[in-house]
Parts: sequence; C-alpha cells; structure tokens
Amino acid sequence: MVRRKNQCAYGFGFKFQRDSTSVCEGAPKVFRQRNSQRLNMEISKAEITSAVAATTSAKGQATTGKAPAATSKDQELRGAEILIKALQAEGVKYVWGYPGGAVLHIYDALYKQDTIQHILVRHEQAAVHAADGYARATGDVGVALVTSGPGATNAVTGIATAYMDSIPMVIVTGQVPTQAIGLDAFQECDTVGITRPVVKHNFLIKDVRDLAETMKKAFHIARSGRPGPVVVDIPKDVSFKKVHYAGYPATVEMRSYNPVRKGHGGQIRKALALLLAAKRPYIYTGGGVVLSNASAELRTLVDMMGCPCTNTLMGLGAYPASDRKFLGMLGMHGTVEANNAMQHCDVLLAVGARFDDRVIGNPKHFAQNERKIIHIDIDPSSISKRVKVDIPIVGDVKDVLTEMIAMIKEGSTKPDVGSLAPWWDTIEGWRKGECLKYDHGKNDVIKPQYVIETLGNMTKGVDTYITSDVGQHQMWAAQYFRFDEPRRWINSGGLGTMGVGIPYAMGIKMARPQSEVFCITGDGSVQMCIQELSTCLQYNTPIKIISLNNRYLGMVRQWQEVEYEGRYSHSYMDALPNFVKLAEAYGHVGMLIERAQDVEPALREARKLKDRTVFMDFRTDPTENVFPMVRAGSGITEMLLGSEDL
Amino acid sequence: MKHIIAVLLENEPGALSRVVGLFSARGYNIESLTVAPTEDPSLSRMTIQTAGSDEVIEQITKHLNRLIEVVKVVDLTEGAYTERELMMVKVRAVGKEREEMKRMADIFRGRIIDVTEKSYTIELTGDQSKNDAFLEAIERGAILETVRTGSSGIGRGERILRV
Repeated sequence: MVRRKNQCAYGFGFKFQRDSTSVCEGAPKVFRQRNSQRLNMEISKAEITSAVAATTSAKGQATTGKAPAATSKDQELRGAEILIKALQAEGVKYVWGYPGGAVLHIYDALYKQDTIQHILVRHEQAAVHAADGYARATGDVGVALVTSGPGATNAVTGIATAYMDSIPMVIVTGQVPTQAIGLDAFQECDTVGITRPVVKHNFLIKDVRDLAETMKKAFHIARSGRPGPVVVDIPKDVSFKKVHYAGYPATVEMRSYNPVRKGHGGQIRKALALLLAAKRPYIYTGGGVVLSNASAELRTLVDMMGCPCTNTLMGLGAYPASDRKFLGMLGMHGTVEANNAMQHCDVLLAVGARFDDRVIGNPKHFAQNERKIIHIDIDPSSISKRVKVDIPIVGDVKDVLTEMIAMIKEGSTKPDVGSLAPWWDTIEGWRKGECLKYDHGKNDVIKPQYVIETLGNMTKGVDTYITSDVGQHQMWAAQYFRFDEPRRWINSGGLGTMGVGIPYAMGIKMARPQSEVFCITGDGSVQMCIQELSTCLQYNTPIKIISLNNRYLGMVRQWQEVEYEGRYSHSYMDALPNFVKLAEAYGHVGMLIERAQDVEPALREARKLKDRTVFMDFRTDPTENVFPMVRAGSGITEMLLGSEDL
Repeated sequence: MKHIIAVLLENEPGALSRVVGLFSARGYNIESLTVAPTEDPSLSRMTIQTAGSDEVIEQITKHLNRLIEVVKVVDLTEGAYTERELMMVKVRAVGKEREEMKRMADIFRGRIIDVTEKSYTIELTGDQSKNDAFLEAIERGAILETVRTGSSGIGRGERILRV
C-alpha cells in the first residue's frame, strides 16, 4: 500500500509527548474527576477507597459512612438497597452499567455505598461485554446494570454473546412500574420475553419481598451447572418500595434445578478402558475445560496418556500451545495435524466441547471414519447433539477428569506411551507440512500474522490478556499467538459478536490492573464499540489496541473470494476514520504503522506507555487470507492450504 | 414417530412460554399441548404430543430438562400409558339427521351436551385416533364446529410421575 510520505515511521512521536502531560497529571488512579458528573473531591476519594475496599474484602460487607446502617439485620429497606446488599453479599466488586429512568432508585442506592465500583460505559451493549470479559478472565460472575426499554434491548447482543459461550453473568434491567407494565409505557419493553431465548434463566420481580431470594437464585443459577447469563428485571416501584429486610439468604433450595457435578463412576471406568486400549487416542477439549478451571487436570491426563491434544477456539490455553503434544487449534481454520488427527483417531475423548459446525465441518464427512467417542460435558443436551457418542459422561469436567486420573493411578492397566509411537509418526508427518507458515512478502508490506507473532514472542512469560473481535484477525490471533495459560484468550466464539474486543479488554483491565491487556481487532470490528475509548479514559483502564487494518471486512472478503468468484459485495470499507486522530480525540495515544520493520519497535513503544491506552493502526496486506481453511459444507480434512488452492 | 411427553413444572408465569419457545427456537414440532395445575397448586402438569426421530426426541427431553422451571420430564411412549382427549363437536341436526347423529354419538360413546332445533353438541373422550375416527364417520358437511383439548397422558400402574 502507498505510505504517506509526510508521516513519521509509526506516526506517534511528538504527539504522545504533548498529550501525556495533559491527560496523566493529577488524575486519580481509578476515577477521573474531569469527566465525572459527581464533582466533589470527597466522592472521588470514596470511589477510590471503594475499589480498594472491594479488593480487600472479598465478601463485600457493607462499610460504614454513607451506606445505610448495616449493623442490624432487621430493618426496613428499599428494594434498591436490598439489591445492593445482595450484590455485596455475592462479592461483586464491579458493575458495568448505564443509568436511566427505571433504575434511578438503584443508582441512588449505588451512590450511597462504597464497596461496589460502578463503571459508566457509553453504550449498554458494552456494559454487558465488559462484565462478560471480566467474568471470562476471572471466573467470577460478571454484573451489568441497564435501564428498561432501549437499555435492555441494547444489552441483548451482549447477553446473547455470553449465553453462546456459557459465561456466568447477572444482568439487572430496570422495568417500568408494575402498574404500568403492558400499557406501552415510556421505555417499556417485554425484557423477560425478549431475552428468554438468550439467557440461562430470567426473572421479573413483581414483589419487593422476593428480591433478595431472587438475586440469590440468579447468582446460583448463573455460576452453577453449565454457567450462563441470568437477567433480573426489576420494576421501578419494586426498587423503591420499603420492606422488612431480614438479611440475605445463605443458601438456596430449588427442587427444579439441581445440576450434577460428579460423573457416573461406571461410565468413567468404561471410558478409561477404551482410552487405554486405543492405538490412536486423541483428546479434544473446548471452553468447558476453561470454565471449569480444569486446565491442570487436563495437563496431567494428557501427560499420563502421552497422546496428542487439541483445543477449540474457546478452549485455547487450557493445554499449553508450547507443548509438543499440542497439535494446535482444530476446526475451520485449524491446523492440518489437528484436523487430520480428529478424522483418523480411533478413540476420541471430547472434554467440555460440543462438536460445533465450525469444529467438525460436515458431520457426514466426519462420520465416514470409524472411531469411538467419549464425551464429557456438564450439559446432557450437548451430548449426541451433532455426532453420535459411544460413552457419554455427564458431570463437571474438573470432577470427572480428577476421577479419571485417580483411576489411572490406582488401576492395574497403565497407559503405554510407547505403543503410541506409530500414531505420533503419522502426526509428525502431517506436522512437517507446516501449514501455518506464511509468506512474509518481498516488500515491506505488513503481514497480519507477523504482527501477532511478534506480539506473542514479545510477551512470552509476561502476564498478558488478549481479547479479540471477530473476523480474520481473530483467527490469526488464535493461530499465531500460542496461548500457554487458560483464561488469557478472550473472544466471542459462539455468537461471533463484532465489537466485543474493546469492552472485553477494559473489563479485564479493571480487574487486572497490573496485567497487560491487548485487544487484537480489525478496522471493521473496532468501529462497532469504539465509543468505549471514552470509558477507558474515565476509569483509567489503559489497554493496547492492535488494529489489523486492511480496509476490508476481511473475513467477508475472503469468503467472497473463495465462494463468490471475487464479487466483493460491500466488504470494502471506504472512508475509514483517521484512527490516530480518533484515539487522540478520546485522549489516548494513536500510532500509525505502515512498514514491516516498524512493527516490533512500535509494539515495544506502545508497551512502554503503561498508563496510556494506545491505538495502533497497523496497515496490513489487504489481500491476505486465513489458511488453512475448510470451506462451508466440506469435511475437516478437506482444507485449502494457501492462495494457490483457490 | 409419535411421542407423548409428560412434564412437571413450576406453576409460574412465563414457564409455559419457555417450553413453547424452546420448541419453536429449535425447530421441534408440537402437535398438541395441554397444561393445568396439579393437586399441588405450585406445580403444573403438561402433556406434549410431538413427533420426531429418536435423536430428536432425546434432544427434546434433554432440553426440556435444561429449563430451570422444569421439575421432571417423562416420555410416556417409552412404556405403558393411557391417553385421553376431550373433543366437542357441534353438528347440524335437522330432519332425519337428528336420529343418525344420536346413533353415531352412541356408537362412539359420546354424549349430547347441548341441543337446539338445528344442532347437537357432542362430547367425546378417548385417544386421538378414536376422536379422529368419529370425525371421519360422520358427514363432513354436517360438522359446524370442532374443539379438541389435545391429549393428556398418564403412565399405567406403577409408572408415577410426581415430585
């Protein structure tokens, strides 16, 4: 691409110097006074102490001061106050939200406490994404708070995103007063009805006396079993009404909801016998291993078995990418070795994965080869949904793997690692093809893969989180970053929501201020939630945005090249903004990087700006495609390996 | 293949729409659905008549179980069960038709529950095929109105579905 001559190599230089003084000076760590609507200094201090208090007291007990008297358990409280007490009792430290008419009582109660920090986003969708990102990185329940009507409908994309990836969340939505429900009141919508298909469960609280117990249920449902988002819809009068409050329930009993944790011993034994007798065993794991925090158990099992392992897009990091037994990600853009092993193994152990269409391709092609399938999943409806399973094991992945490992240790038959040599020989043969090798190009055009690779090499062993949006950059990040730890790769795998990258990153940075948080994105996705750059400034969550700008909706363009004979229908982004200036307008640092040799120094420079959000606009090769690629409807071994296959 | 699935669920607002929403969202059929509270007013009993391959039925029962408000799910067609449906048919009954309709109702062990100069309303209970047979047996043109409740099912003998 043509490089602008009058700009310096990665055009940030002096601009950064000038900005640094005006933005950083005197700004409190957590709360930025200037942008706040709450103008007195005392409150901003309270806000700071709140974050500190929240981190130190995990149980979130109410503190003294402006908070309503919390000493006595028996008291009259408003619904809004009970809600806050519930959040505190659940250990909630952060709430991402946006106020509005129906939640004003709740916001008033938030104002009067100082253990929960509220983060004011710029769009409700981002509130849910940020809380979702926080939940993915920490494993806690993410909490978002939005108003009725448009607040709730804007949140729907975020809720559906969390639902598809089974992320524990509680979303509190305001509702018009109970007596106005059904009368087409201002900012009314049927929130429970609209969100029903995209939540694990939802509640409309019609009586303030039910509030505490419902919140208890909501958190319990969100985090237990197969996790998921729970919506709690609270009408304005319910949050206002006063009621006798006897404390937050310690336990919850639901006759209709008792998720299993332990797997069936007999099934596990049968599975193990099959696995130990296998000549070509293969372990395929998904997001369930990450959600269940079973990464250590998985590593132990794979090491004991000495067999190959692959992770899905959602499961990356569960098994270290740097280990030889890891064959890379599988699926539509998986490696040749990972996909071939899937097709040619004789016993497949699927753990917390759901054989989704992006993973196994055409199910008929997948079924052509005979193999025994063992499937461990906490959700019985995930088993035998897309492929027939021989040994189903319903239970929490961590529990089941722990039991499996114990059985191997105690049992008489031990894994015979040596017998897998021929299988490994075959795999090494596939591996020799080096399917992820890419052409670095003759001139100094930036290859997107190179940016990711450079970042990966640079941050080896560093406390790093990577979020991504959706598209080509997401696949390159998944292929080239090489994740060694779970919960470090945060992306929207199921719903494929463009625009999650920035909110995810700011949600994570809030919880992990010491970690480096990078958002790998593209010029299309980043514009879907770019307004959150403003939130990043207000709450001092300095993230590094790595935008692989190819002027195209790259993945759409790639499909149009492969499937539609190059008819690039509306996938070219004309009139892109000047991202450097845009970042500066939001008070951040912008960088333009146009040459391959500038990639590394620019990344180095950006990482040095620890307390600044940096937007890096990498102008990458617009013709680059993601390979390997399995075309829609093809089998997973029928891969396109490069542009010569097109 | 036809399946009759019995569901015990919390008698709460919105519970029914979750079940119906599940069927439409995942593209499953509902041929009929009946629901009413049980002797314990906090519980509702639902009978769903559906059709599909064994794999589809397995997914339906699993997804029903996944709903938070669903307490228990049983596919009645897996064992011995009884099924009943109530049907009310308003038929034209003038002249010699009056005699014939009365006779048909008797044959099917139906009861005439409303009589006017020109019509009878006949009440029938039975499994769906019996009610279908009645509609086949009488002259099509004589039927003025039909209303059916859909099947309710219960397991035979020791097969008991309760909390």
